[in-house]
Amino acid sequence: MEKKDALALFQEMVVIRLLEETAAELYQQGKIGGFLHLYIGQEAVCAGIGSVRQPQDRIITSYRDHGWAISAGLDPKVVMAELLGKVDGCSKGKGGSMHMADVDKNFWGGHAIVGAHLPLAAGLALGDVYQGNDDAITLCMFGEGATNIGFFHEALNLSKVWNLPVLWVCENNRYGMGTVVERASAVSEIRQKAEGYGIRNERIEGMDVVDVRNNVSRILEDIRKNGGPFLLEIMTYRYRGHSMGDPERYRDKDEVKRWEEEDPIGKFRKYILKEKLATEKELAEKEEEAEKIISEAVEFAQSSPNPAKETLFDDIYVADFPVEYRGYTLEHESEER
Amino acid sequence: MARITMREAISNALREEMERDERVFIQGEEVGVWGGTYAVTKGFYDQFGEKRVRDTPIAETAIVGSAIGAAMTGMRPVAELMTINFAFVAMDHIVNEAAKLRYMFGGQFTLPLVIRAVSGGGRQLGATHSQTPDAIFAHFPGLVVVSPGTPADAKGLLKSAIRSDDPVLFIENATLYQTRGEVPDDPEHLEPLGKSKVQREGDDVTIVAYSKMVQSALEAADMLSEDGIEAEVVDLRSLRPLDMDPVIASFKRTNRAVIAEEGWRSYGVGSEVSARIYELAFDYVDAPVKRVAQAEVPLPYNSELEQLALPKTEDIYRAAKEVLYG
Repeated sequence: MEKKDALALFQEMVVIRLLEETAAELYQQGKIGGFLHLYIGQEAVCAGIGSVRQPQDRIITSYRDHGWAISAGLDPKVVMAELLGKVDGCSKGKGGSMHMADVDKNFWGGHAIVGAHLPLAAGLALGDVYQGNDDAITLCMFGEGATNIGFFHEALNLSKVWNLPVLWVCENNRYGMGTVVERASAVSEIRQKAEGYGIRNERIEGMDVVDVRNNVSRILEDIRKNGGPFLLEIMTYRYRGHSMGDPERYRDKDEVKRWEEEDPIGKFRKYILKEKLATEKELAEKEEEAEKIISEAVEFAQSSPNPAKETLFDDIYVADFPVEYRGYTLEHESEER
Repeated sequence: MARITMREAISNALREEMERDERVFIQGEEVGVWGGTYAVTKGFYDQFGEKRVRDTPIAETAIVGSAIGAAMTGMRPVAELMTINFAFVAMDHIVNEAAKLRYMFGGQFTLPLVIRAVSGGGRQLGATHSQTPDAIFAHFPGLVVVSPGTPADAKGLLKSAIRSDDPVLFIENATLYQTRGEVPDDPEHLEPLGKSKVQREGDDVTIVAYSKMVQSALEAADMLSEDGIEAEVVDLRSLRPLDMDPVIASFKRTNRAVIAEEGWRSYGVGSEVSARIYELAFDYVDAPVKRVAQAEVPLPYNSELEQLALPKTEDIYRAAKEVLYG
């Protein structure tokens, strides 16, 4: 890895970590509403994959999507503004934490119904095949918990029947909310499920960003050459609860501690120093820059206005249908009163 | 103008739009090699090939979900559900994805998608295959729900649906496929989405209907005419957006209304339309609005029982007489 790339990747992971920690604080202050699912601990996965995907590759993921938004190239400012429900958010304040997207960055969301985005991913890939975009791959991420729902199986089957260029990425963080994988899935090695569909598959460790990067780079090359689909299971861990309202009764603190020793950011720092890709001082500078990026993002988000009331009705339909307001069209309402 | 069946009208609309726009393709169960279980896509596989006429696994989630994904990339898929009863399998994708993605992501992309589904009972298919659950889908903002009652409208509305940038659920009625009517040959024959239409004029009573019940309403209007009563038949054509203007305009003249639908009465299309009549034209009400609908039972297999449960021309005729106190 080149020095410049290593430093950029390091900074990206720190930005994601800080963004999530800051989001947790803002949530506790009541500035972020709804559900908030943090990506802390899993940064090596999105950063590693994001660093080797090509611009034509589409990204689609679940509701734990902030890290993916950053790795897809969204500005932390628009991510933070979306968390605060502001008009400058990537989804104009209408999506929130679980529904971030930026089509210009080929980031197709942020989907909050477990597994429901998998058939969509098959369709994104179908769209590329149909249009002759031979070089494009759809990267679809989901947790191991999503592999027990029907969507997963229908989507995998279709992707194989139609030979769609999808890289199915299972981020196996061991828990579907509070249920450990062994208690929810007939096979706890998720990659085995791909065998039933004749889909090539592999399981890799996900706490080391260099490993993730190298493996995914190799697999993407393979798909571009030999076609898809492919299922990649990446073993990872979330340090925080499923969401902010998680009592965490399902795992003991020692387990979390053991995984924290595998911290992807700490690991990458050690690697960079060992390989002499950068100095302590240079890493410290990157951390400082990351802090500045996040504090600027918070400032930007807080000063961004709420969406105007009139936007309530925007983007329901493309067609110019009459606006329905509490059962009346506005025209009828004014006519009758 | 040619006198053709509803099936031919729908088939022609699909073929013309596929010839017009390369981005339009069809996918669903048995749409290709088989030629469509209702023969709507007969000959399409040979004409357009397997890329554009895509046989799918029996997997409605995959059919609708992947059509949504393809629409997100700018394609114009027409996903076919063999019957609307199977739409429940794909319910999440219809109501949680198709209806919401554009709004939820701040309008970043369009979803130019059509989902065709066959609705209606009366063919002894038993309770699970005979439903008319159209109203359920009209509940969700973000979807356009269309259901034509005549061959000409079927063609014009389907063509508009395919050209629309919004997700459209296009509901056909299986027992209407053989119904004939005059249909314009013009490949630019388009009917607007979200617009009701007066199918027959009259000043004595307003009959509001859609899909198959339009045919029944027109028959009932002929019967009423023999009694010296002239009914106006308003065809909703779209259940969402619901265009009340022709209904209200008619009601303000007739002051009496019957609403006919093939589905169940509770929480149905008639419930919505009658509520709006009371909201929008209360001062014009001369008689309580009547709703004609299906008996509230799962449709039985036995033909006599099934027919007993389904709303009929005679029911509309009788209801019209009742609102006229005649």
